[in-house]
Amino acid sequence: MNNEQKKHLITYLANGTRYDGRGLLEWRPIHVETGVSQSAEGSARVRVGKTDIMAGVKLALEKPYGDTPDQGNLMVNAELYPLSSPKFETGPPGEQAIELARVIDRGIREAKTIDVKKLCLKSGEKVWSVSVDIVTLNDDGDLMDAGALAALAALQAARFPGVKEGIVDYGERTSTPIPIDMHPVTVTVYLIDKYFVVDPLPEEEEAADARLTIAVDEHGMVRALQKGGAEKLTIDQIDKMVGIAVKKAPELRKLIK
Amino acid sequence: MAYAKRFDGRKFDELRPITAKVGIIPRADGSAMFQIGKTTAYAAVYGPRDLHPKFMQNPQTGILRCNYNMMPFSGHGERVRPGGSRRSKEINMVMEKALIPVLDLKDYPNSVVDVFVELPQTDAGTRCAGITAAAMALADAGLEMKDLVAAVAVGKVGDKVVSDLIYDEEAYEEEGGATDIPVAVLPRTGEITLLQLDGGISPSDLKKALELAQVKCREIYEIQKKALKQKFVVKA
Repeated sequence: MNNEQKKHLITYLANGTRYDGRGLLEWRPIHVETGVSQSAEGSARVRVGKTDIMAGVKLALEKPYGDTPDQGNLMVNAELYPLSSPKFETGPPGEQAIELARVIDRGIREAKTIDVKKLCLKSGEKVWSVSVDIVTLNDDGDLMDAGALAALAALQAARFPGVKEGIVDYGERTSTPIPIDMHPVTVTVYLIDKYFVVDPLPEEEEAADARLTIAVDEHGMVRALQKGGAEKLTIDQIDKMVGIAVKKAPELRKLIK
Repeated sequence: MAYAKRFDGRKFDELRPITAKVGIIPRADGSAMFQIGKTTAYAAVYGPRDLHPKFMQNPQTGILRCNYNMMPFSGHGERVRPGGSRRSKEINMVMEKALIPVLDLKDYPNSVVDVFVELPQTDAGTRCAGITAAAMALADAGLEMKDLVAAVAVGKVGDKVVSDLIYDEEAYEEEGGATDIPVAVLPRTGEITLLQLDGGISPSDLKKALELAQVKCREIYEIQKKALKQKFVVKA
């Protein structure tokens, strides 16, 4: 994005509006659908405007890690498919995909979303391992917040498969959900010039000077942070951005609860 | 014990319920979804665009490049590890060969048309669903095409010639087991552009199966055309 384009965008923001007519702190319409993959133990598809993202949960029985013999495992992975944007390429996950997965992972993990002790079948021997895969279908901005919402919706929708003689029977699906205690949602606030914006379009992401991703639980506690973008932030700016996230989080949580 | 009734109750020559939609991925130049039973394929087309790495460029013509991928949670059992496998590499190749006969990319030297196929859920027949979706996506991208391409797996389960096998049928073990034959057909001429087989079948049953594939692909072709028209025909 060149300087003239950025100036043009900032003129819009100064007038309190966006290219698609939204207010600065207004989300595009969000649509959450679960059960989108019958192959997964749990799945969800989240559309935010034209952004389209899926998450699927697979459950497997594994040996626990040595330092946590009585806890199940959680893994979050993200794939930015070249199907979803001309900017994405085939091959192993790049920086953006890894950041997406790790930040969403932290939000879920630090909020103690899943009671991992309840995922233990036999201490030191057999625990459930929960794999969440986030994949993109169409990138029209704000993949981080949409992906986090999809991940949580997929976890909530997941049901354990059957177990026969200690081996998972994927043909059978029980009615038992994953023990979910908390519902962290992720809000990314972008700073463009001196304006704060949520749910950015791709051109706003490109123009942004800095961004702060904030995972917030239902008690309004901050559970994960990630600062991105080349510009610096003051404590005052961070305080305002966190305030926006805490205020906006219930709007998003409402969509999946 | 003959295979008297199909596991899902279909007639031996019956396809599973099909849904098809064009234009599902706005960022792409062309896109489509094709769902047959519990197998769903999304296809997106990008291009013709510059081809990198440069040494792959052909100054005489553009090339077609297919990329098939099962989403990590789309497998029949355990999680599918992301990243290419020997299987997906082979599928990329046979998909390209299945689709290239209907395209003419001579006007796009040094370029590539990329086709990406992603599967969120699978119950056999994935390469065929991928090809069928890809053909619609190529048409949606506005590329000049001689025909569409429709694909379906036919084969033999026990003593019966069948179309559109599901996983449970592929795993059938009694009386000679199962034979799986993915076939892609150019619907207008009936010519075949994808043909693979594993199992065991007599030459006469093979011919019967291929004739069945032709008939079934023409049924799929009607659904493809309808989906394309839904996007492009202006409602009065």
